[in-house]
Amino acid sequence: MIIHRIQLPLNDSDYYKLSIGDKVLLSGTVYTARDAAHKKLIALVEEGSLLPIDLSNNAIFYCGPSPTPSGKVCGAIGPTTSSRMDIYTIPLLELGLKVMIGKGERSIEVYRAIQEDKAVYLSCLGGVSALLSQSIVSCETFLWPELGAEAIHRLIVKDLPAYVAIV
Amino acid sequence: MNIRHINEQVIYDAVYEAIKHITYHPDPAVEPLLRDALDNECDELRQDVLCSLINNIELSPDSSTPLCQDTGTLVVFAKIGNRCVIDGKPLETIINYALRMASSDLYLRASIVRDPLFNRTNTSDNSPSIVHTRIVEGSKIILKIAQKGGGAENMSNLRMMLPTCNRQDIIDFILETVVEAGAKACPPLVLGIGIGGNYEQCALLAKEALLSPIGTRSSNSDYAQLEQDILMQVNNTGVGAQGMGGNLTALDVHILHAPCHIASLPVAVNIQCHAHRHIELEI
Repeated sequence: MIIHRIQLPLNDSDYYKLSIGDKVLLSGTVYTARDAAHKKLIALVEEGSLLPIDLSNNAIFYCGPSPTPSGKVCGAIGPTTSSRMDIYTIPLLELGLKVMIGKGERSIEVYRAIQEDKAVYLSCLGGVSALLSQSIVSCETFLWPELGAEAIHRLIVKDLPAYVAIV
Repeated sequence: MNIRHINEQVIYDAVYEAIKHITYHPDPAVEPLLRDALDNECDELRQDVLCSLINNIELSPDSSTPLCQDTGTLVVFAKIGNRCVIDGKPLETIINYALRMASSDLYLRASIVRDPLFNRTNTSDNSPSIVHTRIVEGSKIILKIAQKGGGAENMSNLRMMLPTCNRQDIIDFILETVVEAGAKACPPLVLGIGIGGNYEQCALLAKEALLSPIGTRSSNSDYAQLEQDILMQVNNTGVGAQGMGGNLTALDVHILHAPCHIASLPVAVNIQCHAHRHIELEI
């Protein structure tokens, strides 16, 4: 098993090193977004509004963190099922989204679009929050706090483990 | 007839402590089964996955971080003895109060919305729980409690099968459900299977079956054998831990069955992830 240490945003040289089944340890900034945040983002795309978040070359983690206990940098962190985001993914890829982190399989259409747009889908282990939380350096609510766990959070991660699923 | 009075505080304390325990501890059989699988696994990637699942079980209580960020819907099966009376609020109110306090104290993620379709605002405290109550002979209260995550629940399935179907037809339906679930349900899984009853009873049987401790078998020898055959065939699907292949797709299979109509053979498959968080309390 090949292990790559990847600094986000993902650059071309690192992108071309990735193969399906490789392990990556991600460092840098990722934005969380689940169903409700995707629905709001796509509504803005459809009405032609400027998105309040620059997705170009950025990474989205399909994740709804639990609240941060006092004295800690974050609560429990882990991926949700990516396929629920499939219907929203292609327009976001067109806006330059480069890295998606989640769990489980994607639709064939999304699979092809990820490859065509030279993006990457990383599979992260589900149900291992205590382990993944160790890789979080900071967690702040970035957008739409009224959505609670479904808000967009900005995470700084250090060596967050995942596996290359689509490249 | 002697009536036993149970103070609401006793129930509140027991439920609160139970939620706290299962937030950080899966079924005690999960970790040894993962370790056995790791000992027999040669593939480096699958070894890495299994090690991560084991490390998480060790880290969770030490770091007071939930096993999974999805602490789910709180599901309770309550058997209430016909010779006991709760002094205080109704059982469901007490359970929801304990759930709200535990969610706040333990920083559990708020995962429940008020309305499924028109007003998906979060209740912010994980209430309401889903409580199934039965009155039974006796003077005790027995509560089976689980945190049920959304990812595995979404991949569950119920089919009204033909009454002429045989046991392999049922196994094929279950295999189809597990393969379709793939990595989305966070395998290795625990499967709760309901066979018989009617539409809603079948789903309840599947859910309650999930709450049997891993390693226990049906008391009916035919169903016990069916549980073992399903487990073996599920583990031959090649889905594997977290969908990475290998022969650990499920940790266990539990069946509950009930009489049914001559026209029917309902079968429900309720899927639980490897973070199998459940406990039984006797009050």
